[in-house]
Amino acid sequence: MTAAPALMSFEEALERFDPVMGLEVHVELNTVTKMFCGCPTEFGAEPNTQVCPTCLGLPGAMPVVNEKAVESAIRIGLALNCSIAPWCRFARKNYFYPDMPKNFQTSQYDEPIAFDGWTEVEVDGETFRVEIERAHMEEDTGKSLHVGTSGRIHGADYSLVDYNRAGIPLIEIVTKPITGTGDKAPLVAKAYVAHLRELLLGLGVSDVRMEQGSLRCDVNLSLKPAGEERFGTRTETKNVNSLRSVERAVRYEIGRQAARLAEGESIVQETRHWHEDTGITTSGREKSDAEDYRYFPEPDLVPIAPADSWVEDLRATLPEPPREHRARLQKEWGFSDLEMRDTVGAGALLLVEQTVAAGATPATARKWWLSDMARRANERGVDLADLGVSPADVARVQELVDEGKINDKLARQVFDGVLAGEGTPDEVVATRGLAVVSDEGALSEAVDRAIAANPEVADKIRDGKVAAAGALIGAVMTEMRGQADAARVRELILQKLS
Amino acid sequence: MSDLIRRTAAELADALSAGETTSVELTEVYLDRIAAVDGDVHAFLHVDAEGALAQAGASDERRAAGKTAGPLDGVPIAVKDVLTTKGLPTTCGSRILEGWVPPYDATLVTRLREAGLPILGKTNMDEFAMGSSTEHSAYGPTRNPWDLDRIPGGSGGGSAAAVAAFEAPLAIGTDTGGSIRQPGAVTGTVGVKPTYGGVSRYGLVALANSLDQAGPVTRTILDSALLHEVIGGHDPLDSTSIDQPVPPLVEAARQGAAGDMKGLRVGVVRELTGEGYQPGVQARFDESVQLLVDAGAEVVEVSCPSFVHALAAYYLILPSEASSNLAKFDAMRYGLRVYPEGVEDPNAEEVMRATRDAGFGDEVKRRIILGTYALSSGYYDAYYGQAQKVRTLISRDFAAAFESADVLVSPTAPTTAFKLGEKLDDPVAMYLNDIATIPANLAGVPGLSLPSGLADEDGLPTGFQILAPAMADDRLYRVGAALEAALLDRWGVPLLDKAPALAGAARKEAVR
Amino acid sequence: MPDITREEVAHLADLARIDLSDAELDHLAPQLAVILDSIKSISEVAADDIPPTSHPMPLTNVFREDVQRPGLTAEEALAGAPEVEQQRFAVPHILGEE
Repeated sequence: MTAAPALMSFEEALERFDPVMGLEVHVELNTVTKMFCGCPTEFGAEPNTQVCPTCLGLPGAMPVVNEKAVESAIRIGLALNCSIAPWCRFARKNYFYPDMPKNFQTSQYDEPIAFDGWTEVEVDGETFRVEIERAHMEEDTGKSLHVGTSGRIHGADYSLVDYNRAGIPLIEIVTKPITGTGDKAPLVAKAYVAHLRELLLGLGVSDVRMEQGSLRCDVNLSLKPAGEERFGTRTETKNVNSLRSVERAVRYEIGRQAARLAEGESIVQETRHWHEDTGITTSGREKSDAEDYRYFPEPDLVPIAPADSWVEDLRATLPEPPREHRARLQKEWGFSDLEMRDTVGAGALLLVEQTVAAGATPATARKWWLSDMARRANERGVDLADLGVSPADVARVQELVDEGKINDKLARQVFDGVLAGEGTPDEVVATRGLAVVSDEGALSEAVDRAIAANPEVADKIRDGKVAAAGALIGAVMTEMRGQADAARVRELILQKLS
Repeated sequence: MSDLIRRTAAELADALSAGETTSVELTEVYLDRIAAVDGDVHAFLHVDAEGALAQAGASDERRAAGKTAGPLDGVPIAVKDVLTTKGLPTTCGSRILEGWVPPYDATLVTRLREAGLPILGKTNMDEFAMGSSTEHSAYGPTRNPWDLDRIPGGSGGGSAAAVAAFEAPLAIGTDTGGSIRQPGAVTGTVGVKPTYGGVSRYGLVALANSLDQAGPVTRTILDSALLHEVIGGHDPLDSTSIDQPVPPLVEAARQGAAGDMKGLRVGVVRELTGEGYQPGVQARFDESVQLLVDAGAEVVEVSCPSFVHALAAYYLILPSEASSNLAKFDAMRYGLRVYPEGVEDPNAEEVMRATRDAGFGDEVKRRIILGTYALSSGYYDAYYGQAQKVRTLISRDFAAAFESADVLVSPTAPTTAFKLGEKLDDPVAMYLNDIATIPANLAGVPGLSLPSGLADEDGLPTGFQILAPAMADDRLYRVGAALEAALLDRWGVPLLDKAPALAGAARKEAVR
Repeated sequence: MPDITREEVAHLADLARIDLSDAELDHLAPQLAVILDSIKSISEVAADDIPPTSHPMPLTNVFREDVQRPGLTAEEALAGAPEVEQQRFAVPHILGEE
């Protein structure tokens, strides 16, 4: 691998250049069966057990379109304010690759099912409108396992291919060039993908699990000298598969391209690969025929002509748009504008919503996700949603706290256990023995000992300085090694000293 | 040879019903015939004696129990090697698929099995159905039973020759530009290309998806109608399959055989006769038209001016679709894998290149390259796009012609069977064989070829083509049966009775 | 329409992943030129206002329900594979991406 290229600082890059972004998001639909055949789509099955002649590309086999996938595509298009094509076709995108069984991908070319839409994302209270170029249907490829010294494709001795994923329905959502975001570009990119995730989950069309690859993002980025109209040469960074990475990849490419341009070098139009671990992009191998896909209409599939009535029926199934949805939630939850903005900004809106749905109060749900969970996600370098703690876990832990079975300190230990794979919160509490001491006798004796050991503090409390109780509570908690209900301890102290 | 093998499928079905024979006996008789003559004819790539006899046995058991699976239950059949057969090799006449045994049956094959027809084996063909002579098979050519030095037509020369040589009473062919009809013409047999979408393509290894259609290969019109009714009809696994009932074809054939053609308007296509057609072919065609007139039909001349561009459009659309279809043969998942010589530790791409070079024959390579060219950016509009527009013009020509005629007619092929090797390295001359059959594929309309006699100059069979509007396949059978009856009346015996006895068969008979 | 050159045929063979030898190129290139010559008349058909036909029958909206159908077992799927390992298709190393 070549040495890491020079980077210009983000601040300087943004002073000299305007970034132009284009985002291509691939969404795996959560249909029961594949795009063109009746094979199951569940994640994690044994290799090559979810295949049939069609998705294996066996000679003679033919595709038939999954109606549910078309419905999902239309609903996504409508949710993104797109026009729905009155007539469109599938096309073959011809190129050779071993994980693609037919050596063409059945996709849509110049006739996407949805086109010319828009959506809005918010960053730090500022609204950015993102224009949608198109949303089209296509199929996923198989998965290669590279066997060799490095585990990467280069230097691998051979590859092993599993076609379970081949043919799973994908919707590719492509934005028009996003301009005018300035130094907010990385955040806008991240907010857009987070917004799409929220929208798609609201539609119920995808599991949108970035860590499982059911939502994948390619980032196109170019720079133009500040104030200039003409776009620069763009690069396409693939494999950007977390919200955090979207932001980092945009930031990295801005710095890399700015440094090159400042040196008078040109940007090569190419595919680049994002490396999650090192946080850099590297050049993909250029292919002489990469651009000549020889598209032509898929003769084995007939055109799709959605009737207006069908489209309108589907429109009626759309959930409320994200903006209205947020406004309603804010009202229901009683969050301030700032609290709401922080929640959205942290990518926690959906998690808070699900935690509330699981029984927690909005305030406690927000507290957990934006403080303790956010810190943990940051330490691990993952998105909140991919942390490994579910909204149901958070709600349950809070319930245990509310019931006085554990306190906040123990709650954090419960989350440690959940993250360490020790099971559900209840299982962690049981195996780690984390329940607070509820033996009134033991607690009462500990309080008596604390009062005896701190006569001046006790006097203050007797004089009505209730705030001083904190010192005694601390002493009791220390003795009980944290496994006491602080609220009960406080009650006991005040009782005894009143 | 046993007298059974000269009977039509309809007669065999009657014999089975009457208890005069059994399916096992019939199947054995045909297997014997294959053993006797196929060394000379080479119609089969694979014979499945064991499987066929097992299916025949099951058929006899059904019949004994008083339940038959349909009118052709127990009548054996041969299937072109382009249709997948579970557990039976399917090579498409290509080295690249040598030894491939599909894990699934084509829908058409499923229907044959469900209707109780024992499958004798898989018939030879031009590699991936590319050709008009069956010489492009990687496994050696099929020979014309009328003259073993001549081609049996193509691409389905194996199916046509099998039926003509009495190696099977019925066969399945596929027709992309004439591959059922043209072999029928040059072997003196009947072949039908149904309306596009009339017979499921699921399991038919695609040559050109928007043109391919499977259909019957038989010795009589009625046999084709019986077989067509078995294999036709909607299939949810084929998106292009027509979701409507098959018109009553057997009834149409029986009605037509009565011979009354009054009120029928027969359109002779000006662009598909005359110049370029062998005199003997033209003479037999003209006689047949006269026979229809004698039966009461009215003849009109129609013009289809865009047909002159049909060959060009066809040789752009077909290679384009084929180049994409054949990309899947890449040595990764099934079929041949060849490692390039002198390359240490070759990568997947190098193995693909070496395998495709070794596994494909010249004609396949020609057409893949042609198709790749026609679809390339920069050429798409001038070639593929333009060909698709011509396709629209051809459909419009048909629509206009069917305003003034109920069926259109022409010679099926411009010449009788030519000598093996004669056109092998002259692709353009080879392509001209399909000039009269291609327009039907481009427009999706049904077509039928039946024997119209022997050309005076060489004594070889000639074919008469009937075309009908989409979904009106019944007209083919009605008119075809009427002409067949009139011709038989004239000849006294079926045309195939005039074919020379096969030497191999004579040897075998002598041994008995 | 331009004639097809030997170099062009070599490039197309490359796109189509066919390893043509020099002898094959010598043999096929002139044949392809003749074929192309015989079909070049198509570009002269004035058809600007004619819609293209991609499908011979005017069907639309052919769908299937989102319901599972039995597929192949892994054994059946892998039965024709040149090489199998760990219930996967073993293929030579893939050049291209890292």
